[in-house]
Amino acid sequence: MSDDIYREIILDHYRNPRNKGKLEHADVSTHDSNPLCGDEIDIHLKVEQGKIKDIKFEGRGCAISQASASMLTEMVMDKPLTTVKDLAKDDILENIGLMNLGPARIKCALLSLKVLKMGMINYYTDKDPESAKKIQDDSKLY
Amino acid sequence: MIQESALDVFKIREDFPILKRKINGNKTLVYLDNAATTQKPIIVINAILDYYMNYNSNIHRAVHQMAEEATLAFESTRQKVAKFINARLADEIIFTRNATEAINLVSYSWGRPNVNKNDMIVITEMEHHSNIVPWQILAEEKGATVDYIGVDNEGYLDMTAYEEIIQSNKVKLVSISHMSNVLGTIVPIEKVIAKAHNKGIPVLVDGAQSVPHMPVDVQRMNCDFLVFSAHKMLGPTGVGVLYVKKEILDKMKPFIGGGDMIKEVHKHGTIYNDLPYRFEGGTPNIADVIGFGSAIDYLNKVGMENVRQHEIDITSYAIKAVTDVKGITLYGPSNPNHRGGVVSFNISDIHPHDLATIMNEQGIAIRSGHHCAQILMERLDVSATSRTSFYIYNTKEEVDIFINALNHARKLFKI
Repeated sequence: MSDDIYREIILDHYRNPRNKGKLEHADVSTHDSNPLCGDEIDIHLKVEQGKIKDIKFEGRGCAISQASASMLTEMVMDKPLTTVKDLAKDDILENIGLMNLGPARIKCALLSLKVLKMGMINYYTDKDPESAKKIQDDSKLY
Repeated sequence: MIQESALDVFKIREDFPILKRKINGNKTLVYLDNAATTQKPIIVINAILDYYMNYNSNIHRAVHQMAEEATLAFESTRQKVAKFINARLADEIIFTRNATEAINLVSYSWGRPNVNKNDMIVITEMEHHSNIVPWQILAEEKGATVDYIGVDNEGYLDMTAYEEIIQSNKVKLVSISHMSNVLGTIVPIEKVIAKAHNKGIPVLVDGAQSVPHMPVDVQRMNCDFLVFSAHKMLGPTGVGVLYVKKEILDKMKPFIGGGDMIKEVHKHGTIYNDLPYRFEGGTPNIADVIGFGSAIDYLNKVGMENVRQHEIDITSYAIKAVTDVKGITLYGPSNPNHRGGVVSFNISDIHPHDLATIMNEQGIAIRSGHHCAQILMERLDVSATSRTSFYIYNTKEEVDIFINALNHARKLFKI
C-alpha cells in the first residue's frame, strides 16, 4: 500500500509545492498544527469580490500533509470563498488520490482543509459576524 | 544464526504471545517501539487474570479472605519495587497512574510549599513533556522560573552550564531525565546529584527510560525523588512509581484527598494516614499493581545487568547498520556505552511519519514524531525524528529487517 501512497504526484507536490510562501497584504492568515505528529500549516488568503484571488501556504511536515496542502491551493484558487464551506473529507482524499488512508494518517491529509476552513470563518467574522456564525454552522466538518 | 550474547533472546520470545502475531496479513511483527511501551510476558497477563478470576476484592479495609489475599499481593509488589531499586524502605514507594502523575504529585505536594517567587527549577533541554509542563504550571503559579541546561551536538549534557547554574542560590530543585527518550543519552546522574546536594538542592530523577533498561540503585545515586512507569518494563499500563526519601516524604502534603489516605475524618478536620498510603487516595489500580509484581519477578530472573548488556550489543549493531544507509542523520551519543537502546534518526527528506507508514507495511512498529520532547526537537532543529527502541526480546535479525525496510523507503522516495 505504501507504494500506492508515495506515488509520483504526491512526491512531486511534496518536493515542489505549488503556491508555497508568504502572501503580501493577505486578507486573512491562519495557522494550525497536528499535536500528534507536529505537522504545521499556515494558509494566507487574498479575497476579492467573494473569490479567492490568491492563496499561499507555508508549512512543514510529512509528504501527505504538505502535498495535500499544495493540491488544495490549486483546487480552490479563483473559486468563490463560499465553496470552502462545502468541501469535505472525501473531496480532499479524492483530490490527492488517497481514499484508503488509515485513521492516523488521515489527519495529515486533512490539516490544510481545517486551516482553510478556519481562515474562511475568520474572514467572514471580520466582515459580518452574524453571517459568519451561520457559515460556521453550515460548514461541513470532516 | 547470529549469536546473541547476554540473553537467550529466542527463549525469552516464547514468553511473549504478542510477538507471534502478524501485521498486514502475513508480516511477522517487528516491535521496535519499546521506549513508548513494552510488550507483556504471559506471567504478567496471567497474574492479572488470576486476580480477577480468583481473588478480586478491594484492599486494605475488608477482613474477608479475598481482601487479605489481594492486600498481600498488592503490598508484595511494593516490597518488590523497593528491592528492585534498592530503596531503604517499602514506605518510600508510592503507586501512581504513571511517571507523569508521579512528577505532578511532587510538583503539587512538595513544589507548592517549597518553591516561591523568583526561585528556579532547573531541568534540561532533553526532558519529556512530563518533566517540563508540571514545572511550568508550578512556576507560573508561584512566579518562579524553569531554567534549561543545554545539550551539545552529540547529545551530551552541558555539565559546565549545569555547574554554573546551580551556584545560584535561587535553585530549589533539579529535575532531570536519567536517560533521554529521544537521544538515548545516559546522563552522569551521580555527579549531577552530588553537585546539587553540595548546594543543598534536592534532585528528582525521571527514570522512565532508565529503570526498565539498566540497574538503578536509589541509595547509590542518592536521588531525592525517582519516578518511572510499569508499562515500560513489561508491566501493565496504569501503574507508575514515585520513590521519595522518607525524610522528605514525611514533610510532604497529601496530593489526592479521599478514602484510603486518611486515618480519621471528622467534620472539621482529618488525620491523614501513614506513609505511603497518605499519597494513595482512592481505590488504587489493584490488578495492574499485582501484574507489575510479576513483571519485576521476570526482570529479576533475566537480570538487569544482562538486560543492559543485551541493549548495548543490539544498539551497537543497529547504529553500525543504520550509519551505512545513504542519507541518514543519527542523533545522540555515538558511544553505545553512553546511551540506552534508543536510536533516533532522519533519512534525507523522508518525513518520519511517512517512514513509519512504510515500516508498518513491513510489519515493523517504530515511533515517529516529536516524542513528547518538542524543546529537544527545537534544539536539534527538526520537526520530528524516527525512533527505534529495543528491549530484551529484540534480535539482530529484526534490525536487519528494519534496515531492509529503510532501503525500501529510500527506493520509494527515489533517494
